[in-house]
Amino acid sequence: MINYPAITMFLIFVFATLVITFWASKKTKSRSHFYAAGGKVTSMQNGLAIAGDYMSAASFLGISGLVYLSGYDGLIYSIGFLVGWPIILFLLAERLRNLGDYTFADAAAHRLDQTKIRCLAALGSLITVALYLIAQMVGAGKLIQLLFGLPYELAVIIVGVLMIMYVSFGGMLATTWVQIIKAVLLLSGATFMTIAVMWNVDFNFEILFQKAINVHPKNFKIMQPGGLVSDPVSAISLGIALMFGTAGLPHILMRFFTVKNAKDARKSVFFATGFIGYFYILTFIIGFGAIMLISTNPKFLNTEGGLLGGNNMAAIHLASAIGGDMFLGFISAVAFATILAVVSGLTLAGASAVSHDLYASVIKKGVVEEKDELLVSRLSAVTLGCIAIFLGIIFEKQNVAFMVGLAFAVAASANFPILFLSMYWKRLTSQGALIGGGAGLFIATILVILGPAVWVDIFGNEKAIFPYKYPALFSVTTAFIFTWFFSKIDKSKKSQKEINKFDNQLLRSQIGMK
Amino acid sequence: MRSNLKKKIINSNEFRSLVKKKSLVSWVLSAITLLTYFSFILLVAFFPEILGIKISKNSVITIGIPIGVSIIILAFISTGIYVLIANKEFDQKEKKILKKIK
Repeated sequence: MINYPAITMFLIFVFATLVITFWASKKTKSRSHFYAAGGKVTSMQNGLAIAGDYMSAASFLGISGLVYLSGYDGLIYSIGFLVGWPIILFLLAERLRNLGDYTFADAAAHRLDQTKIRCLAALGSLITVALYLIAQMVGAGKLIQLLFGLPYELAVIIVGVLMIMYVSFGGMLATTWVQIIKAVLLLSGATFMTIAVMWNVDFNFEILFQKAINVHPKNFKIMQPGGLVSDPVSAISLGIALMFGTAGLPHILMRFFTVKNAKDARKSVFFATGFIGYFYILTFIIGFGAIMLISTNPKFLNTEGGLLGGNNMAAIHLASAIGGDMFLGFISAVAFATILAVVSGLTLAGASAVSHDLYASVIKKGVVEEKDELLVSRLSAVTLGCIAIFLGIIFEKQNVAFMVGLAFAVAASANFPILFLSMYWKRLTSQGALIGGGAGLFIATILVILGPAVWVDIFGNEKAIFPYKYPALFSVTTAFIFTWFFSKIDKSKKSQKEINKFDNQLLRSQIGMK
Repeated sequence: MRSNLKKKIINSNEFRSLVKKKSLVSWVLSAITLLTYFSFILLVAFFPEILGIKISKNSVITIGIPIGVSIIILAFISTGIYVLIANKEFDQKEKKILKKIK
């Protein structure tokens, strides 16, 4: 079945974004434009773009699906995803903006060994980006197959080709506007759905919850925590991964360089937190609306009584139930746009890690022609896009659920500790950062492989060697301890120099004085 | 010349008090956020039934829902408070320090 309203609306979106990309490509002539949109994005625009980057299809469909399945647990997830933002604002955003130009490695390597720290940061970025990207591509392929009736491979190729065009021609400027448009569409769509749900219950939450409890198989249990996190170690570990993982996502950190100064960086987080928080509250209501309106409607159920296309389709079916084919088409197009925007942000971050950190800083030692660096970043975007298409197709039948979790774990255990300590701990040395960040990366990866998500769900073993699903508590702790220890025992002259540079770095990070 | 100037600023009372104030505000607000969030998470892990208590006899709404939504709103408000303090206090002090140099 081909969904014409959805395809029409999606084509309008693609056309609009390609026009923007064309416009952006005329302006993208320098490094600063390619990586940071010339630093001319306003704090409100950046707040929307950050929200756009963060509100992926996984969080829209996944969280409303989780609410549909088990009610309250969805809210626990949302809260975890949100509380990283205040921390980013209080501890990182302004210093990051003052110290860096294009990538978070600029700030992390500011007073440390460029080669070592950039390599580590680039590795951490690329792993995070790759995992996130594969998960998004596979999700995109399946979703589009379902919504638009297109074959899986074709869907993955369309997403890949569009993101390559946005990023390689339009750089950060096009990517930012794609994010902004998508954020506005997603927020309006979700708002409309919420109002429609509440209109059904006379804007009375009592009736909404009562009706949901009446039809849900778990009855009153949907109003309290269920089985999402059952033991304290998992609970804390998940909390750490979500919080510090957010603060280590390269595509998110990169967005702080698109505004003029630290003040605008600060304001963008305020706006972003507002949009994201508002969006999560809507998702919660949408999930309950779905329980009330579609869980008893045979039109949306399969023969076993489950949701057609799985629980993640709750929001999509709800759109059809409240607004018919036209609104279903709109929400499907928004979901497609959401995926496109997120993968573009990821590709740009990955390409920048290759061209700015590896090529310009490590290989060329900072002496590089601007046009060469631009060429490398564009080629990297194309290469990354092709790899993503290829892996997206290969992983079609694989279970990729663990990948986003692993991406957050790596971001929290490798990227975040070195960035944070380079700004806050004077005694940090390159040796400590390299060993500590490397250890965090390694332990996070190993523990995910030995844990239930890979060892049991993918390798089919009976029992996991590492019993917890979320490794962050252990891997982040390891990263901090190793960094501390190997910095402390590092008495070399070179390290003393790095420590001595801390005061100047502090000055720059605080008041932006170069 | 430039490095001497930098040293002077770094050792100046104005700069030191700015750094101190900034980090005090940052750490206090971070501590509040972390404390709120991890208390909530521990409540979820150890005493989920507390979050399942109804807000009143005739209601089906549990206290977990207003608590959860409040944490989201609190997160937003705390970023607002920080921006307010930073815009009012820190930026002015920063300007003063930078003015002195010129």
